[in-house]
Amino acid sequence: MAPEPPLLSMSGITKSFPGVRALDGVDLDVQAGEVHCLLGQNGAGKSTLIKVLAGAHQPDTGTIRWRGEDVTLRSPIAAMRLGIATIYQELDLVEHLSVAENVHLGHEPTSAGFVVRGRAAKTSTAQLLKRLGHPEVDPGRLVGDLSAAQQQIVSMARALSHDVRLIVMDEPSAALDPDEVDNLFRIVADLTADGVAVVYISHRLEEIRRIGDRVTVLKDGRAVAGGLPAKDTPTRDVVALMTGRNVEYVFPERPAAPGTGEPVLSVRGLTRHGEFAPLDLDVRPGEIVGLAGLVGSGRSEILETVYGARKPNAGQVLVDGRALRPGSVRAAVRAGLGLAPEERKAQALLMLESVTRNVSVSAMSRFSRGGWIDRGAELKAARAATRELSLRPDNPTAPVRTLSGGNQQKAVLARWLLRGCRVLLLDEPTRGVDVGARAELYAVIRRLADEGLAVLLVSSEVPEVLGLADRVLVLREGSVVHEAPARELDEHRVLDLVMEGSPAS
Amino acid sequence: MTQHVSPPRDGTSKAAPVDTRPAWKNLTAGADVRTLSLLGVLAVLVLIGGITQPDSFLDTRNLQLVLTQASVIGVVTVGMTFVIMSGGIDLSVGAIVALSSVWATTVATQDFGFAGILFTAVVVGVGCGLVNGVLIAYGTMVPFIATLAMLASARGLALQITDGRTQVVTVPGVLDLAERDSYVLGIPPLVLVFAAVTVIGWLVLNRTTFGRRTVAVGGNPEAARLAGIDVRRQRLYIYLLSGLCCGIAAFLLIALAGSGQNTNGNLYELDAIAAAIIGGTLLSGGRGTIIGSVLGVLIFTTITNIFALNNLQTDVQQIAKGAIIVAAVLVQRRTASTH
Repeated sequence: MAPEPPLLSMSGITKSFPGVRALDGVDLDVQAGEVHCLLGQNGAGKSTLIKVLAGAHQPDTGTIRWRGEDVTLRSPIAAMRLGIATIYQELDLVEHLSVAENVHLGHEPTSAGFVVRGRAAKTSTAQLLKRLGHPEVDPGRLVGDLSAAQQQIVSMARALSHDVRLIVMDEPSAALDPDEVDNLFRIVADLTADGVAVVYISHRLEEIRRIGDRVTVLKDGRAVAGGLPAKDTPTRDVVALMTGRNVEYVFPERPAAPGTGEPVLSVRGLTRHGEFAPLDLDVRPGEIVGLAGLVGSGRSEILETVYGARKPNAGQVLVDGRALRPGSVRAAVRAGLGLAPEERKAQALLMLESVTRNVSVSAMSRFSRGGWIDRGAELKAARAATRELSLRPDNPTAPVRTLSGGNQQKAVLARWLLRGCRVLLLDEPTRGVDVGARAELYAVIRRLADEGLAVLLVSSEVPEVLGLADRVLVLREGSVVHEAPARELDEHRVLDLVMEGSPAS
Repeated sequence: MTQHVSPPRDGTSKAAPVDTRPAWKNLTAGADVRTLSLLGVLAVLVLIGGITQPDSFLDTRNLQLVLTQASVIGVVTVGMTFVIMSGGIDLSVGAIVALSSVWATTVATQDFGFAGILFTAVVVGVGCGLVNGVLIAYGTMVPFIATLAMLASARGLALQITDGRTQVVTVPGVLDLAERDSYVLGIPPLVLVFAAVTVIGWLVLNRTTFGRRTVAVGGNPEAARLAGIDVRRQRLYIYLLSGLCCGIAAFLLIALAGSGQNTNGNLYELDAIAAAIIGGTLLSGGRGTIIGSVLGVLIFTTITNIFALNNLQTDVQQIAKGAIIVAAVLVQRRTASTH
């Protein structure tokens, strides 16, 4: 007997957005009745892939086969008609409509074609909710009045109100407490018992162990592993696939004795409830300190709190021993801090503006008098900063959006160089940067440190932290579990710490 | 997305020359496709006016009239351009003009003469801008709502002050401004004020840190905040600036009409927004030019004039204006997508 063709078979899917190749030839096979887990860091391409599957994005190339036949998913409605439902992390419910109205949105039971039969909608909704283990949710209530967990149930009821064969769940457990997660898993088990396939996205590896059948790992827009057995693949291997690099990078050489002076940046007892535990750290001039941890370990939150972009619940940030006003970016910038944020386009760059104006924006007082800008001086200063970092093209009037990811990052660094900042906070500095351009960026960062800058680096890529930093703090769920000089650590040790969190020694 | 890009964009140039061109060339550097097309539209309108009414349209007095009419709304539009570029909106400009014009023409104010009227008009405008700015920047109210509330209150207050009556101005110095005797080289003083506001607005937007911050806040507020810009203070200043422009416009209107009325400035908010949009200002913020907005004002005023000379009624004018707004936005989207 010939083996049953997979329910869904995506192959060679590519999708590019301006400046980014989000998917680079991804394959995904899903069997009827299985829970197929999709793993990957932020930016690995998971969201893009499920949007292609939901019909919300059209792939540039690649084929999608559904029950053995080639299909084109032109729109979300086309995907829904085939029986593919997606439950997004950002729930797509209308808050001001009732539960029943949301469940039947777009396919309301009607009389004479347009009169909505409210009672029928409520009855069928109540049945769906009961099947999902939440009979207490009243179909007549407004969705906006429900808890996050209940809203998710409504979203699932909506998926089930269609004749669904595949449900995509994007981090469904993120907003749930443990009891609710158990219920979710029971629902998933019921669905698969009925032959429905589930594509399950989560960062929590222990969940994947519990309910997953097979795992596909995405990284940098590629499937680095497809269809691994979810229960038997060692955790370390999975994490190594998510964070590791296939290419060996050349990291710049470390100075023999980095950062011997007094710390320029000190963090004492900095806390944000629910994000990270009281944190202490020091960074000296010339030193690169790295924070390693998975998504959800509080990495970015720590950096943004140090920078004043988030207000801490407790603790202090000191520069040269002087405490900064908490929660004030301007105080941090004035004291000499500079941030290169994770989302460069959304958080750092003025995409409609030229390189020069992006570089000069934080240091305008340096070449203006009484608010009047000396544009000659501005151009000269910005050009000096961009040349120092070998930003390409060497054209100060080029719109910043035409630059590659690596050069956009250099424009952000040049901004702080021009400002004369003394502490550089780098959040995922090579995210969205071409593989070839990374080594150059590493060299630039090292050189800035050698020239006396203190650098605090956050990265989900363990080799990057180990290769670039002098000293590494390993984070797990918002707490530092280990601290050591980078040369005393290796990737496996860090991954063990990141996953298991053995106590700091 | 071209107006800030001055030299030819050869991204590969090894060492683009430092910008040493004379200042006037930088002025024309802003004359990109969009500005040229606006000038083209204006030229076509002048041509139409000249053909349909050869005697009356190109008459010096008529051209002086068109420019004078453009002055009041033009000054408001310069302020509005800053507001929209910063990602905001100011629906209250017409009401502020009305309130300023009636407050500055009460009997009590007129006792203080020319200076009293000018001072009151400007202070009332800035005061309204202050309220808008504080509500929006520090009260985190949506600009649409905050300025809508200001629209309602300022109009109400203007009605309360005048009780619906026209307040005739008796101060000679103010009335003289609109008289032919005071024209400078054939240019009405009101038009000179408009020209001065335009030039200053251009300089502030393109040559000062204030202008840069406006663009940054409008283009990407989060990036502006993380770059160390005081986003809230900048927003406050921008609404103050809009209020100031309304105050100046109110003074011009007082001189022009010789009175203050609570119905002044009716629907100025729509005309100013429309002129800015036609001029290429992005409603979501971060992009726009003063020159484009001023050309937008001139186009609208010229159309009104040509229609009036040809005895076409306001209803036809309104329809034509609506069509022009739609056409302008469609053309801009086309040019934006090809860049």
